[in-house]
Amino acid sequence: MDVLALSDAKVGSVGVVDRVDLPDEVSDYLAHLGFLPGTSIEILRRAPAGDPRVYRIDGVEVGLRNETARHIFLRLNSDAANEAK
Amino acid sequence: MSCHSTIAEPFEETAPVPAGTARMRTVALIGPPNCGKSTLFNRLTGMRQKVANYPGVTVEHHSGKMKSIGRSDLTLIDLPGIYSLATYSEDARVAVDVLTGKMPGVPKPDCVLLVLDSTHMNRQLMLAAPVFSIGLPTLVLLNMSDQLEARGGKVDTLALARELGHPVALISAAHGIGLDVIPEFLLRAGSRPNDGLRPVQLPVLQSAASCRTWATQVTSRTKYQSPTASMWTRRLDGVLLHRIFGPLIFLAVVIAVFQVVFTIGQPLSDGLGALLTSAGAKAALLLPDNWLRALLRDGLWNGVQSVLVFLPQILLLFLFIGILEDSGYLARAALIADRVMRSIGLNGKAFIPLLSAYACAVPAIMATRTIENKRERIATILIAPFMTCSARLPIYTLIIAAFIPNQKFLGGVIGLRAMVMLGLYLLGFLAALATAKMLNSSVMKAVQAPFILELPQYRWPTIGSLSLRLYDRGKLFLKKAGTVILAVTFLVWVMSVLPIHGGQFSSLSASVIGRLGHWIEPVIRPLGFNWKIGIGLLSSIVAREVIVGTLGTLYGMDPATHALGLQTALRHDITLGGAIALVVFFAFAMQCTSTLVVVRRETNSWKLPALQFLYMTGVAYVAALVTNQVIMRLF
Repeated sequence: MDVLALSDAKVGSVGVVDRVDLPDEVSDYLAHLGFLPGTSIEILRRAPAGDPRVYRIDGVEVGLRNETARHIFLRLNSDAANEAK
Repeated sequence: MSCHSTIAEPFEETAPVPAGTARMRTVALIGPPNCGKSTLFNRLTGMRQKVANYPGVTVEHHSGKMKSIGRSDLTLIDLPGIYSLATYSEDARVAVDVLTGKMPGVPKPDCVLLVLDSTHMNRQLMLAAPVFSIGLPTLVLLNMSDQLEARGGKVDTLALARELGHPVALISAAHGIGLDVIPEFLLRAGSRPNDGLRPVQLPVLQSAASCRTWATQVTSRTKYQSPTASMWTRRLDGVLLHRIFGPLIFLAVVIAVFQVVFTIGQPLSDGLGALLTSAGAKAALLLPDNWLRALLRDGLWNGVQSVLVFLPQILLLFLFIGILEDSGYLARAALIADRVMRSIGLNGKAFIPLLSAYACAVPAIMATRTIENKRERIATILIAPFMTCSARLPIYTLIIAAFIPNQKFLGGVIGLRAMVMLGLYLLGFLAALATAKMLNSSVMKAVQAPFILELPQYRWPTIGSLSLRLYDRGKLFLKKAGTVILAVTFLVWVMSVLPIHGGQFSSLSASVIGRLGHWIEPVIRPLGFNWKIGIGLLSSIVAREVIVGTLGTLYGMDPATHALGLQTALRHDITLGGAIALVVFFAFAMQCTSTLVVVRRETNSWKLPALQFLYMTGVAYVAALVTNQVIMRLF
């Protein structure tokens, strides 16, 4: 299974958070929003300007700039990945 | 209206309630951001703290007596939302300090009401572990039961109570459902000795990851069913965050606000003005023709009523702000606008404080407490007063109605007046952008905190909550008219009849204020302002609306313009260039003592407010000068 940065995943794809490579202060905040290894995540939509994008994590919608999402990695669900192809 | 519900107790035997042992005095409300703490606080105390549908509305602690449930002996403390007991931002520090009894002047809470959003239990329960570990009697309130049920979620409060070792109840603060458990709990919490019997297993290491694992275990053991995603929110976001329609709708919403303020608001305020003028004239007839009548009618009434007439327009503006805030659209607007914010080097978190500055800069500056980065916080404080606050509305609408023709475009959909108003709002916004850019490229260069924004579910704004907002706003506006504006117009009147020569009042231009006005006139003459406007500007350092009151008084006292309305009087007395320069001046100038005081309080020094005042006044002067000179040469 591929691990890729959240910012590189296509809108509509679904996966599981693999790891968060951000300073403690930021990753702690993100963790409380659900960004922890093992949580399922969906790339829901992009803001009109393309960035930030909206992620659905554990029932909550969160907007993140790509500069932040670049440091969060996910494993795509294989079926979702196949669908995307 | 509340239907009966019970507390799910962790233990079968509930101790009988002995009378007279209740020692509860202080109750703290705690929970994650946007879970409805302030809504519950308002329900229990009958007070009206600001609530809205986005995280981070409450940034201070507020106390109130629990009057609404007949317990005036108990103090309830509403706290800013927190995710954990870690304190990265100012507002979270306030919450944790109060909770642990470290906040000077606030008694340590005797028990805790932990409010959690029942629609996101996995995430919300993470806060339960650190809150329980503080060791205070805690009632867990699962809020938004109406939404949970409507979207097919289920929670077993009894199982959860056993798992947590603390009583649990399902409530809806917005609809007042299930709240009778709270007095019941408080009675028991006061009587039950600390039995130390909590069989709850808390995560050993209270890191986010371990709290999360714990929370997930708890919810799965208690068979929590999370509700399905709101289809409405998804569909609406599909349109409102659409690549093309999203920004277009955003623009349309903004234009609609100004259009309504003019097409509906203007006739209403003209009507109110006519009513107030005739009421004043009739009342004046009852008084003998002496100095008292002159004071009451020409001085106070003229001044105060010229501000009062803007009540309908202010209320309309706040109606719109209320709908946008309560529905959840504001967070989407933040998402759409983030690109612009980033281009000037501002944190995404600055957006919400800046947006609330459109109502008033004072709460906006307080809302910057949610920004962790100190430099970015100061940058946001510095630019917030450039956002067009509602106190600028009276002078804007007065000048626009007097000088801008009521022309319509696009088949009457868009009016010239609304567009000029929009232009003034844009002007303030651009000044903020330029200032932020300047700060960013010089002193404020700092690592940017990331933009992380929760998008709340859309909710229908309730008529009740909107009318409460309008009532509060209306009251605030009337109170200001009855205090600050009344006081300043009184002062202006006194200064405009003194000195008294041989029992006769001075003529306006020979009076103290006339001489002061003429003395400062050379400074403002190039801007197209006369001495009356100059006095208006001086008086409006107190608050922006005051200028309208001062002008009302001055023009009402001048025999030449006495019989005219304020709009007509202004049209006779200043040029188009001067009029537009005046509103441009107000777009930039820092005419607000309350803002200066709150900046001083938030930054603990007079340095920033002094700098802000000089900078903004300087910009305002130059911009007004350029405006007047350009218009003078063009027309």
